[in-house]
Amino acid sequence: MSAEKPKAVKPAATAAPANPQMGEHAKPSLATRLAGGGFGLSLGALIAALFLGGLLIAATDPATQKAAGYFFARPTDTLSAAWKAAAGAYKAMFEGAIFNPKGKTFADQIRPLTETLTVATPLILAGLAVALPFRAGLFNIGAQGQIILGALVSGYVGFAYNLPLALHLVLVIIGGIIGGAIWGGLVGLLKAKTGAHEVILSIMLNYIAANLILLLLKTPTFQREGSSNPISPILPDSALLPRIFPGSDLNFRLHWGFVLAIIAVIFASWLIERSTIGFRLRAVGANPNAARTAGINVANGYIIVMAIAGALAGLAGVAQVAGTEKTLTTGIAASFGFDAITVALLGRAKPWGTFFAALLYGAFRAGGVMMQATTGTNIDIVAVVQALIVLFIAAPPLVRTIFRLPDPANPRKKKASKNNSLQGAQ
Amino acid sequence: MSVALDTSRTEETAVVRRWKNPIIYAVLAALSFFLIGLNAPDKTVVFRLSDGLKNFSIPDLSLNAGVYGWISVVAMVAIAAFAFITMNKGREIPRGLQGLFWFFFITGMLVWVIGAARSSELSLVTLLTGALTLSIPMIFGSFGGLLCERSGIVNIAIEAQLLLGAFTAALAASMTGSPWVGLLAAMIGGVLVSLILAVFAIKYLVDQTIVGVVVNVLVAGLTGFLYSRVLQADPAHLNSAPKLPTFEIPVLSQIPVIGPVLFNQSVLVYIMYITVALIWFALNKTRWGLRTRAVGEHPKAADTLGINVNRLRFTNVLLAGVVAGMGGAFFTLVSVSSFNANMTAGQGYIALAALIFGRWKPFGALFASLLFGFTLQLNFVLSLLGTSVPTELLAMLPYLVTIFAVAGLVGVSRGPAASGKPYIKG
Repeated sequence: MSAEKPKAVKPAATAAPANPQMGEHAKPSLATRLAGGGFGLSLGALIAALFLGGLLIAATDPATQKAAGYFFARPTDTLSAAWKAAAGAYKAMFEGAIFNPKGKTFADQIRPLTETLTVATPLILAGLAVALPFRAGLFNIGAQGQIILGALVSGYVGFAYNLPLALHLVLVIIGGIIGGAIWGGLVGLLKAKTGAHEVILSIMLNYIAANLILLLLKTPTFQREGSSNPISPILPDSALLPRIFPGSDLNFRLHWGFVLAIIAVIFASWLIERSTIGFRLRAVGANPNAARTAGINVANGYIIVMAIAGALAGLAGVAQVAGTEKTLTTGIAASFGFDAITVALLGRAKPWGTFFAALLYGAFRAGGVMMQATTGTNIDIVAVVQALIVLFIAAPPLVRTIFRLPDPANPRKKKASKNNSLQGAQ
Repeated sequence: MSVALDTSRTEETAVVRRWKNPIIYAVLAALSFFLIGLNAPDKTVVFRLSDGLKNFSIPDLSLNAGVYGWISVVAMVAIAAFAFITMNKGREIPRGLQGLFWFFFITGMLVWVIGAARSSELSLVTLLTGALTLSIPMIFGSFGGLLCERSGIVNIAIEAQLLLGAFTAALAASMTGSPWVGLLAAMIGGVLVSLILAVFAIKYLVDQTIVGVVVNVLVAGLTGFLYSRVLQADPAHLNSAPKLPTFEIPVLSQIPVIGPVLFNQSVLVYIMYITVALIWFALNKTRWGLRTRAVGEHPKAADTLGINVNRLRFTNVLLAGVVAGMGGAFFTLVSVSSFNANMTAGQGYIALAALIFGRWKPFGALFASLLFGFTLQLNFVLSLLGTSVPTELLAMLPYLVTIFAVAGLVGVSRGPAASGKPYIKG
């Protein structure tokens, strides 16, 4: 059993920090810190971020500003205007993301929910592409480039060839997987062979990919005939992921890519939690030196996990090009690759956690569109709230201080925020 | 690593032969042979030299693209051959020759691409002035990164520092009507970003790269939101910043070519000269600099000698905010006079690339930034001249070069040893 080897070495690895209490956040191991922590913490972070976002909406609201002009005369006016602005924006967001009571038919009323799932699809897949490397101790911020490469290859297979129905779609999907896997694997390969930092590599590859798609969509091979815009031909039906609810009167955009994403989550969950490869990857993430001592090939681990991550991000590209957009544009990856980072962090680098985080952020995105349309609140507030959630989550002591949550690592201490320095000093 | 060690010993000394550089020279010389030698356009390229001179003028520099192409190819081949011969004896070729190789490579390529364009006459002064101007935010940005990284804090948030600096500069300068207040506000904006980075990375021990990435998302969202909600509401009063003045230094600006480029510039450029000199001096010649470098390489040793590691890091991160914030002022006080959502367009990341390419050294970062600024400007100039070379290809160049640099293909780029590792006392 290969699983026994690392176990034998484990004591040596954990013996390094003399203080057993250092486990949770004092020890800078990314994987352990991300996987630790409770649901209450995530909820606290969500509430705090939404509250700050609401404050921002209220503070920039013209009616609130006007009422604030006579704040000392009638403070309630300001408060009620602020409440109206923030609550109105969030209500519009909810109606755009989950359920719209103003819809005429039931299908109209739940269309927002299907939109949320559609937007969440690439987020789930790209989120996994960030989450898995996290577990192996790598920070993949190159999901954006990997999505673009996946979309490029699968889009090309889609519009350039005429193939029978089932075969074509399969090839489109495989093409996307390969495209993403190469782009991701390249990072792993360079990291393993030269020791270059994966963050720098993936930032650079993101920009190269962004320029590559710009470049290619201007060439006759990729550009739509008769169009002067950088846009590819529309993919034929045989290359498309079918819609889950195909009725033409329904007009739901939700496609089978979402099911693909769920399968990917199940696969990733098995891979990282149950399989031998996953065990090795986690060992590498926990302590690469110990893993190497235990006979695990760390370099191979980096290459494998980055290739798998790239493949997952490539699938997100497939979902975009063969599912939602049906054509290749320069904005095919939108900002999914960057949002995926916050998704994976909110999901604590666990596959199912990532899944639910992606649903939440999908709801934010879908609802943000409605919010911008009806209340004029710019959709950028969504990015602010997303970033704030992650910042709060990343610093558990901060959230514990705000909400006075108990610290699982140090239940007796009253001031949670002091924990770090105290632990460090012990 | 591609460094080949020849261990064959002569009587007294071991001869170490490193074939990497000769091979790179040979490959580039061969590439040049096919591109700028065999494929040279038979055209005369004219560089105008006398722009910006008042009392006299100097003749234009005319080169036949074909002839110059062959001259540079022959020179490069000769240097490459010489490199092989000397390396066989175990020596590197002199620095001067290495520089000469790169000079011929770059100028040869430059003449070739301009020769291939529809119009082949351009002003050297405009080209270089533009290059210097465009590299300002990258220079400030990479020096901001330098201050952080040399003391052991990874600064991915340069992008956010530039963006918030640009935003606060535009807002403050528009409100007060003074670009100087705007410049001050830009520094404050940069420091605010630094403060988040420092608090989370140093106090809460959150992974520095993660904080950086998340802060970038946060600031992009925040400035985008405030831009559309606040600045757009009243652009005349809130988003029309006066520009920083331009000075001409009397005698120096009349030196041919260099004069107008270096000494007839915006005040921000002169501030940049001072900043660069100051940081170089401080880092290499002062007590603070020695301590900063010590903390970045071996914090524990520094701590043992009585340096407060985390306080020094905190200060340096804030200082970095001041410097990078000034770079942000370039966008709204020098380049254009109003803020726009996401107007930094990833230049913070190029600044990071420049820092790495410049091997974490002040002058390295300076020249790398200038080089990247030059490719940006060349892109503009070439699209004006009507070139057949796709601009996207040139735009990829800085990123490709950075990948080669971090992968150790063009010299070894090794960062400060303790960069990215939080310091926990005890």
